[in-house]
Amino acid sequence: MTMSLIAKDKPAPTISERHVRRSALALFLERYGILLVFMALFIAASVASPHFLSAGNLLNVARQVAIIGVLSVGMTFVILTGGIDLSVGSVLAVAALCAAALKSYPSVVVLVAVLLLGAACGLVNGTIVTRGRVQPFITTLGTMTILIGLGLTASGGEPILGAPKSLVFLGRGQFAGVPVQAILFAIVAALAGLLLKITRFGRHVYAVGGNEEASRLSGVSVDRVKVMVYMIAGVLAALGGLIMAEHLNVGEANLGKGLELDAIAAVVVGGTSLSGGRGGVGGTVIGVLLIGVLNNLLNLLDVPAYTQLVLKGCIIISAVLIQERVSRKA
Amino acid sequence: MSRGFDSGAAAPAENDIVLRVDSLSKSYPGVRAVQDVSFACRRGEVHALLGENGAGKSTLIKILSGAVERDTGSITLDGQPIAPASPIEAQRAGISTIFQELNIITSLSSVENIFLGREHVWFGTVDRRRMRREAQGLLDSIGAHIDLDTPVKRLSIAEQQLLEIAKALAVSAKIVIMDEPTAALSEAEVVLLFAVIRKLSGSGVTVIYVSHRLEEIFQICDRATVLKDGRFIKTVNVDEVDRVGLVRLMVGRDFDAFFGAAAPASQNTVLDVYGLQAPGVSDVSFSINAGEVVGLAGLVGAGRTELAMALFGAAPRQHARFCLNGREISPNSPRDAIAAGIAFLPEDRKHQGLVLDLPMRFNMSLVVLGRLLRFGLLRLAEERRVVSNLARRLAISAPDLEVPVRRLSGGNQQKVVLAKWLASAFDLIILDEPTRGVDVGAKVEIYTLIHEIAKAGKAVLLISSELPEVIGVSHRILAMKNGRLVAEFGAGPTEEMVMEAIAG
Repeated sequence: MTMSLIAKDKPAPTISERHVRRSALALFLERYGILLVFMALFIAASVASPHFLSAGNLLNVARQVAIIGVLSVGMTFVILTGGIDLSVGSVLAVAALCAAALKSYPSVVVLVAVLLLGAACGLVNGTIVTRGRVQPFITTLGTMTILIGLGLTASGGEPILGAPKSLVFLGRGQFAGVPVQAILFAIVAALAGLLLKITRFGRHVYAVGGNEEASRLSGVSVDRVKVMVYMIAGVLAALGGLIMAEHLNVGEANLGKGLELDAIAAVVVGGTSLSGGRGGVGGTVIGVLLIGVLNNLLNLLDVPAYTQLVLKGCIIISAVLIQERVSRKA
Repeated sequence: MSRGFDSGAAAPAENDIVLRVDSLSKSYPGVRAVQDVSFACRRGEVHALLGENGAGKSTLIKILSGAVERDTGSITLDGQPIAPASPIEAQRAGISTIFQELNIITSLSSVENIFLGREHVWFGTVDRRRMRREAQGLLDSIGAHIDLDTPVKRLSIAEQQLLEIAKALAVSAKIVIMDEPTAALSEAEVVLLFAVIRKLSGSGVTVIYVSHRLEEIFQICDRATVLKDGRFIKTVNVDEVDRVGLVRLMVGRDFDAFFGAAAPASQNTVLDVYGLQAPGVSDVSFSINAGEVVGLAGLVGAGRTELAMALFGAAPRQHARFCLNGREISPNSPRDAIAAGIAFLPEDRKHQGLVLDLPMRFNMSLVVLGRLLRFGLLRLAEERRVVSNLARRLAISAPDLEVPVRRLSGGNQQKVVLAKWLASAFDLIILDEPTRGVDVGAKVEIYTLIHEIAKAGKAVLLISSELPEVIGVSHRILAMKNGRLVAEFGAGPTEEMVMEAIAG
């Protein structure tokens, strides 16, 4: 911890070594508290089940979390600006339907169409939020409902079987033994992390989430930033839908039900504040993994599915509580 | 519960000590915020607590109000030792505190606010009529005219403050602590507040008054206790000292060099405004030359901030049209204005100037991110260099660049906002109340900085409610009233002349 900014002639309020060290510890825990929780769970899981640490199982976990992970990364952007996007689950479902419906088209067409669809959904959300000044919760609750309705109408309520063969590697492929889904999640997360860290847009996301008025008066185009984050969330949800369609070889209007809530849970467990301005993709990745490992462990231990839900809820709350405690204590 | 106030009450006895603080100390890790402070307040006096930021005033107030626990020392109220462990306990003991951030819940009614937590209950239901009657009585007794039916969120800050005072009286406070009560008030509201304070003290309530505005101390306070670096310096009778004496006690430095010296301005016009119309501003014409500091005086509501907002493209609806460096512009967003070469330090740094939870580094580079890009990516090393240079130049004291600005003192926060703009290339900077809520030491540094900015050939528009500041720092002064410019002064008019123009 450098002390390079001490005033020239006027003595700064002295900050003792101890104080500096303490706040460094606080900072560490604030930033990595969830990592400690995750590591604890990981160790507990390896002790509790002999199968947990096997390569096959871990790769399986990585594949299982990939889609929700991609959604959560998009959700992170929205939540960082102080918004929320409840429509990502239905965007995913509609994208999956779209992919299934376009199964006979070339892969480029499918890819472009699906991702554009996601971007368009985000554009609509963002425009209603910024131009219409409707709260994000309500806006996206509305678009969520509309999208499910449109999906059901278009598909007649029936699943559309099949998906483009040319893109099947997205859902089922492996690269050097690692599921392509997991690789996609890693790439998306890494790019998103960089976007937030080393671009002007990333800074603006944090600034808008932290203080809209101060951002505006500093020359940030607040509305443009907001529209962008919803578009990112939409595109990533559509990507998730494409992966899911390829994985299941089917598209269906109810495919995404509840996924938006899982994504929000992962983001919040990962330490991103629902009031905006604080957090990041790193935390979200750990939040996603934490929930994934937990699901996996409960399955390995043969915990009944209904009980799993109860435990999962409790552990989401505890993870956030522990983080709060740890970072406040230091 | 309600108490009548008789403004003709007997003057407080000289030695009727109601509150005595003895050898009070409080340390935080690494900082001895209050060290061995002793002082006493008489019944019914208005007692000022003075000192620079970091002098220990806030900590002392927090201890008295039960928000913070002391390490050692004692507090005696009416002869009884007290040790309030929470604001509620302090209130019960007779000490009510009105913080800058008011404790008013805007979704409740005035009456509900006054009786919050102590509602009168009648057979299990809240006795609204009785509460309303008593609330009216309390407000009448301090001469506050507040319509109890007006939703609290539509009350002005001044009126909300009066509600808090009524709230204090509802619990029979012996001591009312006011922390910077006039920071957000207009001149007229200050007059009203002072009348209320006089009524309070006339009825035997002691007011501990914290303010950075020295004029107020002379207007309203009987005695003043000065703190410096957490230590007690002296308690003085206000009528036995002058401004210079008080400042010397507070900073150990003389007042003469307070506002600094301005360098002569050039003849090149930077800003030329002609017949500007904007919401709250009508037909305003003036110009500012390079190197010139133009002060804008006016009462709250005169349209000064509205004018600033219009020039900065931040006014709603209407777009102002004016000349900057000989080019006609009409910024329709702050972004446009910044691109044209205008910088704006808003009056409310917490809500408009800073992103409090973000690191100092992020805040200071926010305006110049575009300049830090290479191939669309931020050059983080360059950012760190720019930001740390500025921090050094402005003598910002912070443990490092990553500290969230929330944790900095008011003066340092304000310097961060200034640094944000100094990083950018501007020709005109509009400073709206640049020294509000910062201590005397930081004020002097900000004045020096304003002169430096001017000397570098920039145009400065300085908005301030403190007349000595406007007069002391500016080359020229514009007086604004009801959205119009009503007078212009060269260097060094008297306060009376300016006041006459803006209020007369």
